[in-house]
Amino acid sequence: MATLQQQAKGKKDGDIRYLSPLKIETQERKKYCRFQRSGIKYIDYKDPDFLMGLVNEQGKILPRRLTGTSLKYQRKAAVAIKRCRHIALMPFEGDLLK
Amino acid sequence: MNQYETVFILNPVLSDDQVKETVKKFENFLTERGAEMVASEDWGLKKLAYAIDNKKSGFYHLFQFTVPGEVINDYEVEFRRDERVMRYLTVRLDKYAIEWAEKRRSRMSKKSQA
Repeated sequence: MATLQQQAKGKKDGDIRYLSPLKIETQERKKYCRFQRSGIKYIDYKDPDFLMGLVNEQGKILPRRLTGTSLKYQRKAAVAIKRCRHIALMPFEGDLLK
Repeated sequence: MNQYETVFILNPVLSDDQVKETVKKFENFLTERGAEMVASEDWGLKKLAYAIDNKKSGFYHLFQFTVPGEVINDYEVEFRRDERVMRYLTVRLDKYAIEWAEKRRSRMSKKSQA
């Protein structure tokens, strides 16, 4: 029985040959910052439809790892969304798109 | 002289001339203190995303003006004191925001003409 180390090293001398874990490439699209690419310099807090795109169904702000925006614009977007919520153009929470 | 922008919401129960009078009051308050009104928009009655002191809608107004900085404090006190105003937000505009405001206004005027 090939010991685990041998299997780990991928030696195939043992009678049980374990398939090497097949590499499933989840096609990793390169995430980009939509603000830098489209050249938006100022995120306006007065148009809620644009800001709805940065918010999930419960109305929470989407994190950078999902949207891929850069830190500078994520902060601007967060400030804009909070201001928009303050003047009641956007809900604080609620089932938005359902 | 910085450039500011204020959005404020008026109580929906007000009649039209009360709304106009309130807006006039804030505008005069600013112009007396040497402000120069760049733009003032009336978005009319809009539905609120959530209830503010159990009101479901409100009259929205937008002021854009340039004013020396120290006026803003008592300008905000004025808002706080006036009960007809449900909510207000004053924001200082940097150069990108000013440029964006111009672009937005030209787009709005184009849309209104079309």
